[in-house]
Amino acid sequence: MEALERYEMVCGMEVHVELKTKTKIFCNCTTEFGGEENTHVCPSCLGMPGTLPVANKQMVDFAIKTGLALNCEISPYTKFDRKNYFYPDLATNFQTSQFYQPICRNGYLEIEVDGEKKRIGITEAHMEEDAGKLVHGGDSITTSDESYVDYNRAGVPLLEIVSAPDIRSIDEAVAYLEQLVQTLEYIEVSDCKLEQGSVRFDVNVSLRPIGTEEFGVRTEMKNLNSFSSVRRCLEYEIQRQAEILDEGGEVIQETRTWDEGRGVTLGLRSKEEATDYRFFPEPDLMPIIIDREWIESIRKTMPELPAERRERLKSLGLSDYDARVITNSKAMADFFDQAFTKYNDAKNLANWVMGDFSRLLNAKEISVADSPVSPENLAELLILIEKGTISGKIGKTVIEEMFESGKGPEEIVKEKGLAQISDTGEILKLVQEVIEANPQSVADYKGGKGKAIGFLVGQIMKATRGKANPELVNKLLREELDKE
Amino acid sequence: MEITAKSVAELHQLLTEKKISATELVNTYLNRIEKQEPQVKAYITLTGEEALAQAQKVDEKIAQGEEIAPLEGIPMALKDNLSTSGVRTTSASKMLENYVPIYNATVVDKLRQAGAIMLGKVNMDEFAMGASTESSAFFETRNPWNLEYVPGGSSGGSAAVVAAEEATFSLGSDTGGSIRLPASYCNVVGLKPTYGRVSRYGLISYASSLDQIGPLTRTVRDNALVLNAIAGHDPKDSTSHPSPGEDFTESLVNDIKGLKIGVIRDYLTEELDSDIKKITQETISKLKELGAEVEECSLPHSEYALGAYYLISTAEASSNLARFDGVRFGFRAEEAEDVLSMFKKSRAQGFGDEVKRRILLGTYALSSENIDSYFHQAQKVRTLIKEDYRQAFEKYDVLLSSTSPCPVFKLGEKADDSLKMCMTDFHTVTLNLAGLPGISVPAGFSNNLPVGIQFIGKPFAESTLYRVAYTFEQNTEHHQARPALVKGV
Repeated sequence: MEALERYEMVCGMEVHVELKTKTKIFCNCTTEFGGEENTHVCPSCLGMPGTLPVANKQMVDFAIKTGLALNCEISPYTKFDRKNYFYPDLATNFQTSQFYQPICRNGYLEIEVDGEKKRIGITEAHMEEDAGKLVHGGDSITTSDESYVDYNRAGVPLLEIVSAPDIRSIDEAVAYLEQLVQTLEYIEVSDCKLEQGSVRFDVNVSLRPIGTEEFGVRTEMKNLNSFSSVRRCLEYEIQRQAEILDEGGEVIQETRTWDEGRGVTLGLRSKEEATDYRFFPEPDLMPIIIDREWIESIRKTMPELPAERRERLKSLGLSDYDARVITNSKAMADFFDQAFTKYNDAKNLANWVMGDFSRLLNAKEISVADSPVSPENLAELLILIEKGTISGKIGKTVIEEMFESGKGPEEIVKEKGLAQISDTGEILKLVQEVIEANPQSVADYKGGKGKAIGFLVGQIMKATRGKANPELVNKLLREELDKE
Repeated sequence: MEITAKSVAELHQLLTEKKISATELVNTYLNRIEKQEPQVKAYITLTGEEALAQAQKVDEKIAQGEEIAPLEGIPMALKDNLSTSGVRTTSASKMLENYVPIYNATVVDKLRQAGAIMLGKVNMDEFAMGASTESSAFFETRNPWNLEYVPGGSSGGSAAVVAAEEATFSLGSDTGGSIRLPASYCNVVGLKPTYGRVSRYGLISYASSLDQIGPLTRTVRDNALVLNAIAGHDPKDSTSHPSPGEDFTESLVNDIKGLKIGVIRDYLTEELDSDIKKITQETISKLKELGAEVEECSLPHSEYALGAYYLISTAEASSNLARFDGVRFGFRAEEAEDVLSMFKKSRAQGFGDEVKRRILLGTYALSSENIDSYFHQAQKVRTLIKEDYRQAFEKYDVLLSSTSPCPVFKLGEKADDSLKMCMTDFHTVTLNLAGLPGISVPAGFSNNLPVGIQFIGKPFAESTLYRVAYTFEQNTEHHQARPALVKGV
């Protein structure tokens, strides 16, 4: 961007992640997505008079796990606080969050942009409750005569992960978010369904003249839910701020909203208009004491993180690119690893996983988790090819059939009679028949037209419906032709 | 002695021996309620029919020779900030005038399991904010000892029904003295348990870190029996204590020889009412006579307690009461233009003056400009007061003071002066700040109106409090006095 030749961007992110606990943050209602309005509710998450919150232990486990994955210090003593503001989607008109003593602090996440590694600081991660959803009779809350509230989402646990203002380019911003979401998916604390809003991004950005140290005035864009929106939003906002600064103006510190349709950011409220949230310790919940034992028990459940996994796959002989593609989703990487236990040519396995396997998944629009082809089946298929039972080309037919029927490769090969003909006697007979039937081609070959042999091979493959071992066919054909 | 004047323990015996049926008992109470209520005005909601149906079941059980539990068939009343499924629960506020909860408070479930029979829900200061029950949105409750006087508050209805013999016992809630003060003003026994002893689930919060539910009874034994039924850890209340069950009646021994009692010197100020001072001295003499070692002790930070209490309690209340906005339940103002005006109008019309005053004060104390100088400062005072008590309890088993520095006052006398009103809590709020248990017991009369003495215990030392209170009760006759009102009915 042209503006970034004059200005340096300073960016920090607040990422809200829905944790995939079975029940809500402070009651036993299900966190399942959807459901008829106001059916996943109870007196507690409806804020009925006299009800009290009880903290969900699984949520704390997930928060600790995230903290460990993000290299954070886990607070031995952590508490909840109330953030007070009036809005109908909050059943109590306060949000229970962590303000004074968040559960995780002082971590970092390593990202890589253009081959360069960089650490983005994690200032803190804190637990809080999600709000309900407003359903307006008209277009918006201000123009509707009536509005309804659905509290099914009220009380779904969130982790808010706050980065330090360490991000210096749009690519870094997107790389940070991608790496963060990938990490959360790997440690299985969130479904990370961006399209359902289970991860939301608040972007803070300011500009300063290149070479200066002092931070510029920042703006915050809330509730973005895709990487591409973040990219477009930052491009727009940087341009907007640069134009103000170019003219000697001052950026106003404010919260802005990203209008996806128009591709612009719009002022929402300035710092002066900001609500005074009157944070104070939530008196209905006890502090949570997290001892070493608790942390260690979570550490034991920690899976290999994306970066570690990439390095391991590279050590098996995969290229950096292949390792990245395969580890991009945990499910794909798990599929690879499981197949690898049965079939140990990593490079060839990677080619198949990234090639035909991925192609067929995409074509059928199914996820790795729902794949009709198990890792064991894919490994078996590759072993059949390696042993010469079928050719690589037949293999491509077999995997399509595996996707269609869900059957194992050996079964398909047997049923359809696809096994390769590697019997020398049988092939020799075919070779002799073809030579006899095609004198012209034989003459061409002998006259020095090497290409003519291709036609003869093709005739044999056609006669065997591709099952003849091509190497053997070539070898025997040459021997027979050279004999004469 | 009339049936309505009897204690839980006496009635249990009569029921077991089939000298009276639960149905008769309930009917006797309902009759008295019908005759006296126009004067006392303690009940907001009566549940006579349900009570009789429940009584019949108890009678069937007795007829079949089954054993009944200590509270089974005993008529009682609940403060109207305790959530009762299917029975309107108002917190004495217009905001909840027609609110019918869909769930029971844990104490309500526990009492029901124990077989106690609810006669109805009783009056209080609106959202438990007050010391006279005058801030109720519906009506004022009168002191059964003299109808021109207040019963104390905020659990004024709970104390009045026990004194007026319109229930054998009741439950109240205590945030700064709201059980002990009315107990003292109505000549009944009132316990504020240790914070965490009784589940708060279903108690409509005033100030979460201070609120505690407790029994108001005619005798110390009754009090222990009711606490037995309602105490204990509740998985629905994170602040309830995981202490094992205890039979508090085991501590009812008539012996305090050698017990070390500290009299809080800081509460014996020059301005203290002379009758109250006299009764405090008489109590001390009595305790000495019974073999206790009594001497003066000090809580040096006492003078800061009321300030800290009003900042912390109102701060928490400002947040706890935010949910009353007209969206989900309770009062909703008509003719709102948008959601914000619906909030504003509903709250402006739904809350009374005292509640608004406290919400404003609490909101101010928590605002980013003021939180350091008010709320955080108050939390520091709270720590100092806890420390005062910790030190005192290194030397003494129990501390003592009058329950209130102020004698019972007339209806309307302090209604317009909230500062005077809050001074009545001067001796009681420190316990709530420190989370300690305290019990108020009848100790004498001034102008024919009751005066109570408060014993304060170490955390979870209710049994020690019961022992002192029981011994004092067994050796005095104050608790046996009955108001003139009940004698003619």
